[in-house]
Amino acid sequence: MSSREDWWYDEAAGPLVRPYAMVRGRTRPNAPDLHLVTQVRAASFASDQTTLSVEHREIMSLCARPLSVAEVAAYLDVPLVVVKVLLSDLIERGDVIVQSSSHQIPDRDLLQAVLDGVRGI
Amino acid sequence: MVFVGSDQLTVPTAVKIVIAGGFGTGKTTMVASVSEIAPLRTEELLTEAGVHVDDLVGIEGKDMTTVALDFGRITINTKVVLYLFGTPGQNRFWFMWDELATGAIGAVVLVDTRRLDSSFPSIDFFEHRDIPFIVAVNCFDGAQSYTVDEVRHALDLDEQIPVMLCDARNRESSKAVLVGLIQHSMNRLAAV
Repeated sequence: MSSREDWWYDEAAGPLVRPYAMVRGRTRPNAPDLHLVTQVRAASFASDQTTLSVEHREIMSLCARPLSVAEVAAYLDVPLVVVKVLLSDLIERGDVIVQSSSHQIPDRDLLQAVLDGVRGI
Repeated sequence: MVFVGSDQLTVPTAVKIVIAGGFGTGKTTMVASVSEIAPLRTEELLTEAGVHVDDLVGIEGKDMTTVALDFGRITINTKVVLYLFGTPGQNRFWFMWDELATGAIGAVVLVDTRRLDSSFPSIDFFEHRDIPFIVAVNCFDGAQSYTVDEVRHALDLDEQIPVMLCDARNRESSKAVLVGLIQHSMNRLAAV
């Protein structure tokens, strides 16, 4: 994973130009179903990484294990909307797989599993 | 050995619980006491007027602000992961509450008996949207100056809404609150 210092912008760029620059002018995530807890994971056979930006590669590295969109944003320290745009790129390339988070209330079996899990921690 | 085609990797199902309540009621403390990771913070961009930014067109020219969300994580098993989200402190960010509450197992409304009125907006929110919630009275420094019945009466709560006393700093106590909420959600599901 790259360190903070490797990132190509600097503090002088300001907090608002920075996220805009990071997505290189693209403005809206193409994948509309990315919510806070949507799970993302790097595909086992990702395409050529050399064509990816530093931020994309950092996401790929983070997502070696499944993470939520919110976790990726927190670890990258960028606003959610920016992470959603970057993730959309990776989904389009087939580099990241997504468990689309249902917006339905969990069913009884799922609730029972969560109940058992919380009791067990 | 390389398999081409369908990806063999599994991605877990994510569920969430909302930890709500007024400013300073111990939301992030509760998240921290049960989360397997130190609570994380993520930020959503807003215009100064408090409007959600989901499009970055012309963003450079605007005065922007952010709303921060603190959250934690409990890995239930290899197939299920639970996230705990504290609500943003400022009530003007209701759109974030909608995003948090949609599809959630339910909500814990944390209450500080010294400032009962600060929990009214949270209770109203979940009542109006018919989202399962329980009330947890955070007994700061072991101070327990009211009974469950007194709190229920003061908050004008339905009989069906569970009210629990807790210490948000204490892991077992916070676990018991989460268990209480999940059971409440299951009971409601069974009653439908």
